[in-house]
Amino acid sequence: MSTPTRPLSPHLQIYKPQLTSVLSITHRATGVALSAGAIFLVIWLAAAAAGPARYAQVNAFLGSWFGMLLLIGWTWALFFHLCNGIRHLAWDVGWGFELPQLHASGWAVVAGSVALTVIAWAAGLLAMGG
Amino acid sequence: MAEFTLPANSKIGEGKTHRAPSGTKRIKTFKIYRWNPDDGQNPRVDSFEIDLDQCAPMVLDALIKIKTEIDTTVTFRRSCREGICGSCAMNIDGTNTLACLKPIDEIKGDAKIYPLPHMLVIKDLVPDLTVPYAQYASIQPWLQTESAPPPDAERRQSEAERAKLDGLWECVLCFCCSTSCPSYWWNGERYLGPAILLQAYRWIADSRDEMAGERLDNLEDPFRLYRCHTIMNCTKTCPKGLNPGKAIAEIKKMMVMRR
Repeated sequence: MSTPTRPLSPHLQIYKPQLTSVLSITHRATGVALSAGAIFLVIWLAAAAAGPARYAQVNAFLGSWFGMLLLIGWTWALFFHLCNGIRHLAWDVGWGFELPQLHASGWAVVAGSVALTVIAWAAGLLAMGG
Repeated sequence: MAEFTLPANSKIGEGKTHRAPSGTKRIKTFKIYRWNPDDGQNPRVDSFEIDLDQCAPMVLDALIKIKTEIDTTVTFRRSCREGICGSCAMNIDGTNTLACLKPIDEIKGDAKIYPLPHMLVIKDLVPDLTVPYAQYASIQPWLQTESAPPPDAERRQSEAERAKLDGLWECVLCFCCSTSCPSYWWNGERYLGPAILLQAYRWIADSRDEMAGERLDNLEDPFRLYRCHTIMNCTKTCPKGLNPGKAIAEIKKMMVMRR
């Protein structure tokens, strides 16, 4: 009797998301988002070079609620990628591999990226208002 | 390219429910992945209601009870029932572990049990381990030397040298770690995975072995070693409390240091 084609056991569908894997995929996602953000940065600079009318257009988009949401998202993505990148550097020299350290550094990256985002926006808005 | 969904022949359907007798006080439902190579059907999940007052504490005890008392066709590997043989590795409550070391009362709600993830299934909870075993052979897991041994003694090792093998020799090759690793899911044929890399490091770190250079040469490859992205699901899930992620980092460090 021939062996029937064997099924593949479920993986993503059943594996419990946890800090380790969630932060890892977030690191990759923020990296992709930052690449897209870099293109937008070029658009913004090109608009500034193209003259006041174009620049005003792009700024109007960035000032809208959707533009602000994108900017806040990119700011957080930048800080997350930065903080987790430092975590990766520590791993590269062999530090921080014990489970309690992994959890502590993981949560520190989450808290740090949010805090830095809030600080950056508060400082930016204060500077604009001041 | 990674396939994130299950192929058509692997999609999971509803199975049978085996109810506990009425009047049972402490019922726990075990939802168990089933696939029978002989019936031509897709996999399914069967539910078994168990009386916890009549069952020993570990998940493996429940599986044996189910096989003995309810459905003798439920198929799984087991042997030592004390975490030494590595046979009863499976996905329990969303993470990989040994059924014999997993207390039932650690599981909230229904106990969902699947085979080790992203593996070809032979039957029910039995995965095909041909690929990881071949990968294990590829790292030549035995002591290799060039120098002649002392004529009247074994190859000696100091206590400090021997201590470097702690946390490595305890691995029972259950493959909980490799099959928890998304990199191994997407590149399992070319990436060696955490279990095999921990074993590779076990021989590299052995002061008596004289082939560390050749062993590192064999791992110096974009896939075999460097598909590890330090996700760390491996260390998180190891039922023996070992740290494959750290072992891989040590190998990567040696790669840099020897340049």
